[in-house]
Amino acid sequence: MQRIRLRYTKRGRLRFTSHRDFQRAFERALRRAEVPMAYSAGFTPHPKVSYANAAPTGTGSEAEYLEIQLTEARDPETLRTLLNESLPDGLDITDAVEARTSGLADRLQASVWEIRLDRVAPADAERAVAAFLEAETVEVERRTKNGMRTFDARAAVAHLEASAGRGDRPGDGGCAILRLVVRHLTPAVRPDDVLSGLRATADLAPPVPAAVTRLAQGLLDEESGTVTDPLAPDREAVQAAPPTAAELTAAVAAPEGSA
Amino acid sequence: MSVESVFPQLEALLPHVQKPIQYVGGELNSTVKSWDECDVRWALMYPDAYEVGLPNQGVMILYEVLNEREGVLAERTYSVWPDLEELMREHKVPQFTVDAHRPVSAFDVFGVSFSTELGYTNLLTALDLAGIPLDAADRTVDHPVVVAGGHAAFNPEPIADFIDCAVIGDGEQAVLEMTEIIRAWKAEGRPGGRDELLFRLARTGSIYVPKFYDVEYLADGRISRVVPNRSGVPWRVSKHTVMDLDEWPYPKQPLVPLAETVHERMSVEIFRGCTRGCRFCQAGMITRPVRERSITGIGEMVDKGLKNTGFEEVGLLSLSSADHTEIGDIAKGLADRYTEDKIGLSLPSTRVDAFNIDLANELTRNGRRSGLTFAPEGGSERIRKVINKMVSEEDLIRTVSTAYGNGWRQVKLYFMCGLPTETDEDVLQIADMATKVIAKGREVSGKNDIRCTVSIGGFVPKPHTPFQWAPQLSAEDTDARLEKLRERIRGDKKYGRSIGFRYHDGKPGIVEGLLSRGDRRVGAVIRAVYEDGGRFDGWREHFSYDRWMECAERTLPEVGLDVDWYTTRERTYEEVLPWDHLDSGLDKDWLWEDWQDSLDETEVEDCRWTPCFDCGVCPQMDTSIQIGPTGRKLLPLSVVK
Repeated sequence: MQRIRLRYTKRGRLRFTSHRDFQRAFERALRRAEVPMAYSAGFTPHPKVSYANAAPTGTGSEAEYLEIQLTEARDPETLRTLLNESLPDGLDITDAVEARTSGLADRLQASVWEIRLDRVAPADAERAVAAFLEAETVEVERRTKNGMRTFDARAAVAHLEASAGRGDRPGDGGCAILRLVVRHLTPAVRPDDVLSGLRATADLAPPVPAAVTRLAQGLLDEESGTVTDPLAPDREAVQAAPPTAAELTAAVAAPEGSA
Repeated sequence: MSVESVFPQLEALLPHVQKPIQYVGGELNSTVKSWDECDVRWALMYPDAYEVGLPNQGVMILYEVLNEREGVLAERTYSVWPDLEELMREHKVPQFTVDAHRPVSAFDVFGVSFSTELGYTNLLTALDLAGIPLDAADRTVDHPVVVAGGHAAFNPEPIADFIDCAVIGDGEQAVLEMTEIIRAWKAEGRPGGRDELLFRLARTGSIYVPKFYDVEYLADGRISRVVPNRSGVPWRVSKHTVMDLDEWPYPKQPLVPLAETVHERMSVEIFRGCTRGCRFCQAGMITRPVRERSITGIGEMVDKGLKNTGFEEVGLLSLSSADHTEIGDIAKGLADRYTEDKIGLSLPSTRVDAFNIDLANELTRNGRRSGLTFAPEGGSERIRKVINKMVSEEDLIRTVSTAYGNGWRQVKLYFMCGLPTETDEDVLQIADMATKVIAKGREVSGKNDIRCTVSIGGFVPKPHTPFQWAPQLSAEDTDARLEKLRERIRGDKKYGRSIGFRYHDGKPGIVEGLLSRGDRRVGAVIRAVYEDGGRFDGWREHFSYDRWMECAERTLPEVGLDVDWYTTRERTYEEVLPWDHLDSGLDKDWLWEDWQDSLDETEVEDCRWTPCFDCGVCPQMDTSIQIGPTGRKLLPLSVVK
């Protein structure tokens, strides 16, 4: 039994993929790539895949994580290449390491988001950010399954800054880019909640929908306002104790994509 | 001249709509070809939501057949939900294809596949969103040729004003034939404009162009005749028939969507056509003769398809899958081959007989035995003779007792209500049949918790069937009969609780009936419903019976008719039917004799195993029955692990 942790993206138009859609696409890619998956027991066996903390539908991501369980050992890098050949462009596996530690989910404590606001003047965005950061609490509303819900969007925000970006198309004028670091708390505060907060505190109302991308997830470094690579501990453990000769033989002996 | 993608404009709308993934394309095995390197370009539409339209086999097959050809491209488009439609109108985003997001109006051909008449209002929505005039008469040489296909196209008269042409029958060769005609016409510099192109299509004798036919009416509203208004146009238009299915192993690379759709499986059509001769079944009449795909052809398609898709289920499709001459070997061969891979097998549309239980056991030997479905269609022995569904009550009880004995816990039975000559008593016998099923099931399984579900829908008479002359039962009478059945089942103290009852009320059936057997004058109703906001008529939450009736009351009196005239009226032998000039190969006199036999409760055998009954299809269309057995076997695939 081998566990492999993967980092993947949702880019471009595939950011409109919902988490359920991604699950189906990924499990089919596993079949096409003939990955020796471990299955759950029962009448309808499912491949053993654990997903962590998926980004909302419509937001892009450079840093989604999941873990799969195999019945035979595979070289993580070869597996990554095989899966990428099988997945549509935009759903790309960008990292693969053998799981050597527990608690990947526990290490996903915060997210770094980039929020691109087309046709918003950077100065307006900066003013709004300042007003937001000054507030003790920022009440926002969001529609949930159980109706409208009111909660504070301020406390979860560890870091927020605005800068100027280049317009997407000629004649668009400038655009503002927000860099946001949010702690994963309950209730979860999402980028659109922070945008609601900016509207509530400083009347910032972007004329076109924001383009939101998750850049990273990991342990929060409060001082620098950044997050650490959640796969680093596994990578270090592998380097400290490389696979045994027997494991390696197993991995090499198994032909890749034995079709 | 290249065509811009509308995706940038569409993208800004997507965060505001439900399930945006259905509009972005990029499905596995989808194709985007260079616009400029192709000279004939098809936009193919299934006029329903993406989740229903994407798995449609017809569209998938034509998409692949066309894209495989050099210089030809095909892209797909589906109906957008009302939330996106509203935004598209507000922001002036046209109907687009999901492949390269090109505007539908830029294509040479706009092909729409109608499995059901309930897609007609969605056709109008798509035309309007595309900026294509609703009336074919208002289109210019620069608009796409709008062509209808699919089973409903066997009577395209209700949409005759909105389409340029219709193709009946199998589409594989027909789309290529059309492509060549369009290519030649374009290469010559589009001589004679749109009219000349349509004439060249009509001249083939197998593409129907409504504008080249005048319909003349009698004083009482019936049709007196349908006559070509231009020399060189044939009196009747024939259907297309593909003869060797093994030569057409499509789809080879089925589309795998990211969005969730209604059928998530690798489907293989194991044969086309059916000669069981069920008199209500339009599909069985218009797809004759039976043409089997060989066992080895099937095996190869399943193997390649699974590799190309990663699907976890295989569906063996046809109108009556257990009738394939080598179905036993196919089922066993596939089950053997995929035991290790956790691939499920399913066999929709099976008949009531014990052999099917063996098959079902084979298909589920790796999984759970939950439910089995059978379709006796009629509740009484008498009505089953009327519809030529040759199942005796004895057969059914024997079959279900085998099923319960083999560990199946639930049996689902399909019926119809409103069949010709039907009385309350015929329908009430459904309850008796269900109680007998439960009684037998409890006896053989030794358990009390087995179930039987009765599912029943209203019968709609269809063109090109022996029942094309039959009166349709009114919605009120259908509902009253179903209510009596419901009471009978509920009132049964001993067995009622083990019987589930599912039914559809009679109203949607009346609209379907109006559209199925309608003529060109029904077009005004469709247009009025569309203009009044009618969309997605196949969806309970969008369908409005009252709107349809209100629009019919507004438009049909102008021609002196009403909905009843089209639905509950019985036709006579002499009447010219709106679809008589569309030749499905069936001899109209044979259909009439079969209708008379039906009233006499006389059954007809299947011509696969008995001599020919002269339905007319084989000689008329120069086709023949193609069945096995081939004697070949499915070999296990060599697995390299």
